[in-house]
Amino acid sequence: MSLVFLIFIPILAALFIPLLFKRLGQIHTGWFVLLVPAALFLYYATRLPSVMEGGTYVSELSWIPSLDIAFVAYLDGLSLLFTLLITGIGALVVLYSIFYLDKHREQLHNFYVYLLIFMSAMLGVVQSDHLITLYLFWELTSISSFLLIAYWYTRDRSRFGALKSMMITVFGGLMMLGGFVLLSIMGGTYSIRELIAQAPELAQHDFFIWALVLVLLGAFTKSAQFPFYIWLPDAMEAPTPVSAYLHSATMVKAGIYLVARLTPVFALSEVWMWLVAGVGLFTMVWASFFALKQTDLKGILAFSTVSQLGLIMSLLGVAAAAYHVEGAADTYLKYAAFAAIFHLINHATFKGSLFMIAGIVDHETGTRDIRKLGGLMSLMPVSFTVALIGSLSMAGLPPFNGFLSKEMFLTAMLSLQEFNMFSMDVWWVLFPIIAWVGSVFTFIYSLYFVFHTFAGKHQPEQLPKQAHEAPIGMLISPVFLAALVVMIFFIPNLIGDWLVKPAVAAIQPFLYDSPQNVDIHVSAWHGFNTELFMTLGIFAIGGLMFWTLRKWQHLYDLYPDAISLNRLYDEMMLLSGGGANRFSRIYMTGFIRSYLVYMFSFMTFIVLLTLFLNEAFQIDFSNLAPIGVYEIVILLALVGATLTILGSKSRLTAIIALGAVGYSIALLFVIFRAPDLALTQLVIETISVALFLLAFYHLPQISRKEERMKFRFGNALVALAVGVTMTLVALSAHSQKALPSISEFYKETVYSEAGGGNIVNVILVDYRGFDTLFEIAVLGIAGIGIITMIRLRLTKKEGQHENK
Amino acid sequence: MRTNDVMLQTATKVVTFIILMFAVHIFFAGHYTPGGGFVGGLLTASAIVLLMLAFDIPTIKKILPINYVVLTAVGLLIAIATASASIIFDVPFFTHAYDYFDLPLFGKTSLHSALLFDIGVYLVVVGVTMTIIQTIGEDE
Repeated sequence: MSLVFLIFIPILAALFIPLLFKRLGQIHTGWFVLLVPAALFLYYATRLPSVMEGGTYVSELSWIPSLDIAFVAYLDGLSLLFTLLITGIGALVVLYSIFYLDKHREQLHNFYVYLLIFMSAMLGVVQSDHLITLYLFWELTSISSFLLIAYWYTRDRSRFGALKSMMITVFGGLMMLGGFVLLSIMGGTYSIRELIAQAPELAQHDFFIWALVLVLLGAFTKSAQFPFYIWLPDAMEAPTPVSAYLHSATMVKAGIYLVARLTPVFALSEVWMWLVAGVGLFTMVWASFFALKQTDLKGILAFSTVSQLGLIMSLLGVAAAAYHVEGAADTYLKYAAFAAIFHLINHATFKGSLFMIAGIVDHETGTRDIRKLGGLMSLMPVSFTVALIGSLSMAGLPPFNGFLSKEMFLTAMLSLQEFNMFSMDVWWVLFPIIAWVGSVFTFIYSLYFVFHTFAGKHQPEQLPKQAHEAPIGMLISPVFLAALVVMIFFIPNLIGDWLVKPAVAAIQPFLYDSPQNVDIHVSAWHGFNTELFMTLGIFAIGGLMFWTLRKWQHLYDLYPDAISLNRLYDEMMLLSGGGANRFSRIYMTGFIRSYLVYMFSFMTFIVLLTLFLNEAFQIDFSNLAPIGVYEIVILLALVGATLTILGSKSRLTAIIALGAVGYSIALLFVIFRAPDLALTQLVIETISVALFLLAFYHLPQISRKEERMKFRFGNALVALAVGVTMTLVALSAHSQKALPSISEFYKETVYSEAGGGNIVNVILVDYRGFDTLFEIAVLGIAGIGIITMIRLRLTKKEGQHENK
Repeated sequence: MRTNDVMLQTATKVVTFIILMFAVHIFFAGHYTPGGGFVGGLLTASAIVLLMLAFDIPTIKKILPINYVVLTAVGLLIAIATASASIIFDVPFFTHAYDYFDLPLFGKTSLHSALLFDIGVYLVVVGVTMTIIQTIGEDE
């Protein structure tokens, strides 16, 4: 089957979910959903052997050929690895959700529809070779994430978190679109592969640095890097399967993917290396430090995810440095890209299991507050074991996979000493030091997470529910992931050959031309080297600090909330919302008459200016028909009726006079031989008079006593201007013809081509049928609008701002 | 106190049908002589409005139990369906088809897919006009 169609399979499956939920409600909808990622995973796994050899697949579906936009699915080592993560973890998460979400109480159809949309979007992100469709899928992941975070939409915090994540990631997405557009202008193509091929020329371009920064903004917001990470902790309001899937294993790694994918394009630039490595490393240490401040289990995991994403990001930055080193494949720098991808896989396994355990604890005890938890070890032995494996792997202890990738991380950071460009000669030392500090805090919060939940004293009186072990079905996925955590430790080179090396070859095509050339062997023991001593230091210092955690944890309270990034975000939202409100209040008076004044003044201004600039004023009386008696009489009636409206004391008189104006115009149409217009005008006039009479009682009195309208100079001026403008336009239009009239064309073709006789109606239904279609659509919308305004009575609620 | 509107009511009973007949005529004649779905729809609406003025809205709602919002939606659907039907025959969106047929009673008649589209327009115009007038008129 064509690869590009496979991307859309989850979204197509989503179409059937509501039906399954309605018709087969007694079977948990998740069982049907499970088939989709599981089948896709198996299918994509069959592509592994050839991709491992360095093979790639391309499949294209043209979408908007005139704009050169197409869906292009490109499968190489990197995208296949992500694809397997998305479908594999997806299957496990769906399985877990079947037991997490109750089929009677939860709106499963919503949940699974969003989840499947997300799956398609994410597959699209990692497989698209076309920048525009990549962007499209990228934003679709933001939108589906928004919907999933707000799944329990009755909760304030859910809506707040959803909006926050959306604002930040969509902001980044738009910046990224700008970067993509610049890239396509520079390279003359939307294809990432073609851009990579011309990377050296791109680097010379003036736009290069702009494109780089804009693309990084997209990647950093999505992957929750400092200072944009603040959305991720708030996204934890989502149901736990969503947190495990989107906000730890897949969506937040889209930024990592993008950086990895575009490394061959941007690696030439020193800014890229500095930004990616620097921001990544800073995020890592910052988030691991603040993870200890959290009291919510999922909050700890959120900060830990941010920190780990920073770690992977910094490794990719170092991997870009390899571009600048002669023979980098023989130095320790080569470890960076390998470590990044390896840790990405490991992170997905241990963090996925930890999130699921956090969900289980929440589900079985009723709280996620770590201060209330403790002593669950004996009550929930299986969960405890899984949590222990996950946490120790995260902390970097053997025999778990986290140990291997953490060692490589330190190796890669130390390898920067071999990189002596960009005046790095002294400063490189900072990188391993910061990495080491971050690792110490990672070690502490890992222990904090597992031991403060499962060890210590059990406090049953603090828990809303009687704690007990989770049902078997809920444990399958976390146990499976925990088993992987241990297994990968013992077979790292198998994983390396099958998954990591093909991805590394895609990130660093300048070093390797096929996955076999990646000469890296992972071993748990490589002698007494600097990394080992650093690791031992982490265990010693980290252990000591964890032992004394109670004594210094309160220091976090000293950090003032007033200067936090969250506060900045809140203030910005309030300022933009309130500012926009204040600004529109200046001119939104609530009176139609003011709006009419704005519209008419602006219209006359624009029209007169255009006429003046184009020197279009022209009056030519030579080609006019004589003015007959009827015209004069009708016009007099028309002017008379208009004056009556202005001078009338009662509204009824005004309405009838208004009707007279309309009927006079209809008569004019008759004289000018436009029966269609006359007919329509007559009926419209009749109906609108009736409408006015119906609405008569609802209109406000002109004033308390019945008296004439006051003369207002401003209004009179606007009215005069409109009249003069229209007259000038009409006269000028009549006096000059830039193009021959189209009516000849209609006359010739109305019978032969359109099979009709009445040009006006044939124009409406055939020649310009599109216009009519949209017009009736607008009419329908107007009708709905009036119902909304009158029946539903949108009452004014002053000063109620949603985000306050 | 109610005003005496016997004359209006009696006249309305006759006039309404004349207007409705005229509306139908003008609707079908539209492709060759003045008229069409838009005017036809407006005329129909004006007939109903006349009824509403002569009697009152609750009475008219009883004898014409039509949900005008649904009517609008049906009209829009017919219009869009006619426009998109051409895609099935592999011609561009909104291509109309017509031919001449010898029908009993009518003789040589042209049948045009534009008429279907016009039915959509007709229904939307009736629906929206009546929705607006009824909503405003019922509001107390």
